[in-house]
Amino acid sequence: MSAKKKLKTSAMIASIAGEDQPTTAAPFGHALVEAAGKNPKIVGMTADLGKYTDLHIFAQAYPDRYYQMGMAEQLLMMAGAGMAREGFIPFVTTYSVFASRRAYDFICLAIAEEKLNVKIVSALPGLTTGYGPSHQATEDIAIFRGMPNLTIIDPCDAVDIEQSVQAMVDFDGPVYLRLLRGKVPRVLDRFEGYQFEIGKAKRLLDGEDALIISSGLMTMRAIEAADELREKGTNVAVLHCATIKPLDTDTILAEVRRYPERPVFVAENHSIIGGLGESIASLLMKEGVSVKFNQIGLPDEFLDAGALPTLHDRYGISTKEVIKTLKQHVA
Amino acid sequence: MSQTATVSRAGVIEVLRQRAYKIRRHALRMGEVQGQGYVGQALGIADVLAVSYFHALKLDPKNPDWEGRDRFLLSIGHYAIALYAALIEAGVISEEEIEDYGSDDSILPMSGMADYTPGMEITGGSLGHGLGIGVGMALGLKRKESTSRIFNLLSDGELNEGSTWEAVASAAHWKLDNLIAIVDVNDQQADDRSSTVLNYEPIADKWVAFGWETYRVDGNDLEALVEAFDSALASDSNKPRVIICDTLMGRGVPFLEERDKNHFIRVDENEWSVALKQLDEVYGVQ
Repeated sequence: MSAKKKLKTSAMIASIAGEDQPTTAAPFGHALVEAAGKNPKIVGMTADLGKYTDLHIFAQAYPDRYYQMGMAEQLLMMAGAGMAREGFIPFVTTYSVFASRRAYDFICLAIAEEKLNVKIVSALPGLTTGYGPSHQATEDIAIFRGMPNLTIIDPCDAVDIEQSVQAMVDFDGPVYLRLLRGKVPRVLDRFEGYQFEIGKAKRLLDGEDALIISSGLMTMRAIEAADELREKGTNVAVLHCATIKPLDTDTILAEVRRYPERPVFVAENHSIIGGLGESIASLLMKEGVSVKFNQIGLPDEFLDAGALPTLHDRYGISTKEVIKTLKQHVA
Repeated sequence: MSQTATVSRAGVIEVLRQRAYKIRRHALRMGEVQGQGYVGQALGIADVLAVSYFHALKLDPKNPDWEGRDRFLLSIGHYAIALYAALIEAGVISEEEIEDYGSDDSILPMSGMADYTPGMEITGGSLGHGLGIGVGMALGLKRKESTSRIFNLLSDGELNEGSTWEAVASAAHWKLDNLIAIVDVNDQQADDRSSTVLNYEPIADKWVAFGWETYRVDGNDLEALVEAFDSALASDSNKPRVIICDTLMGRGVPFLEERDKNHFIRVDENEWSVALKQLDEVYGVQ
């Protein structure tokens, strides 16, 4: 019998926060309440996952602007489209697996084809639950990237989420946002003047030895890895690319060209197929930019169930594993 | 009922009969331009559209986006030829557009899309979308305290889609008395008769069980349609309403009524003029 105690499968609301890491509870719900106070057109709609997408905070503040649509994701998207047609700004919430796999046609034809102002906010993107493939949206970006008119946002932390809510309200058009919910780490407020903007990548750290271009929670991992490597004399730059589509091609190209010898790593909480990594690879190839290129992402597999820290190690997206990958490729 | 009211009612029906005739005629002319089209459905649904557009709906033909209008959602995109005919007859679209139907850059594409055509509220075609969009719009209208109503024309084939039934349940749950579904039961879908492909009969019982105020009428009987629409709109029930309309594809053109029925009625090149002639004869127009 093993002496090492096995970790238990994460609860559905497992936090991705490390020990002693500063967090904010339900940043999306609170930010939406604040935005709704300024804009009476905002309504919240969910498919029986209000409590699990932090929309319950909005429901408590604005019960008459909250629509519980039942466990019916197709209906959620159609009704969201209908609300937008009547001039409202619906924030519709479910899990990423259901938005992408189950409701695709309804998002595509009822919302995106007509550029309707629906904000799709979905929890459990990529590998953020240990429940197994039924709840792990490892390919949601791959599914949505081919949909015209749809803006895709993969926020890093509570700061990004708070700022992206107002940005989505100010932006006219359909958006898909990969939500981190529950106790969400706060990491970006250490970067003075950081401001989330739709369609803009932001350089958070500079370094001439390697460049990580990352989105979502992998930006947090990239920062942690860069911090640790810097202490050992390796300087890693981090470019946070929170908008997956439309891609900030100008900033990405400029950053890659700044140090042409620097190896590039694209890190994402998503399958290595069809996500940010392939997006950037294709950009670099089209522009004739030749660099050492690596992907840090989830394998093209249905992933295991288990405890989240175990799974992040197993599939190479924990800080420890990111550092290991960087060391393999950086002199 | 007084004699005056009876006469008046007969007058209403006669006006609608003329409108239905013109809708059928516009649709056939579009079919002739393109050499094809879902004219079977258009001929079958013409009476329902006549009652909808010239008896039931609030609309301003010169301002199809008027906020106070009733919204008519066509989820069955392939019925666009029928709705274009009604919109032309209503004066929303110019009759001249018939000559461009289905051509490059026409405002009348073969499948109905919101961005192309005045008065076309939604993009249809991916079946099972219209009623759910209608639920959202009906909720939105209630938020705005609007007295406008949502009409959604769907087909019996569309009842195969599970998303339709998500919307059916939701509309009853939210007590959407401003939502009126119209189901065209022509018993034809892509592969075969609807009852053979996936039987949904008894259709009315299902809507009743879901909590809708339910009417079932002969969809080619103008008097029955007017009565059903009047009752549905006058009702003070808090339920959503559905008017299930049994229709005959090809109605109004005898040789098409008799032709082997399927999703797409074949009309040969030399038959369009015959169809128009027969339609004129049926309506006593020389």
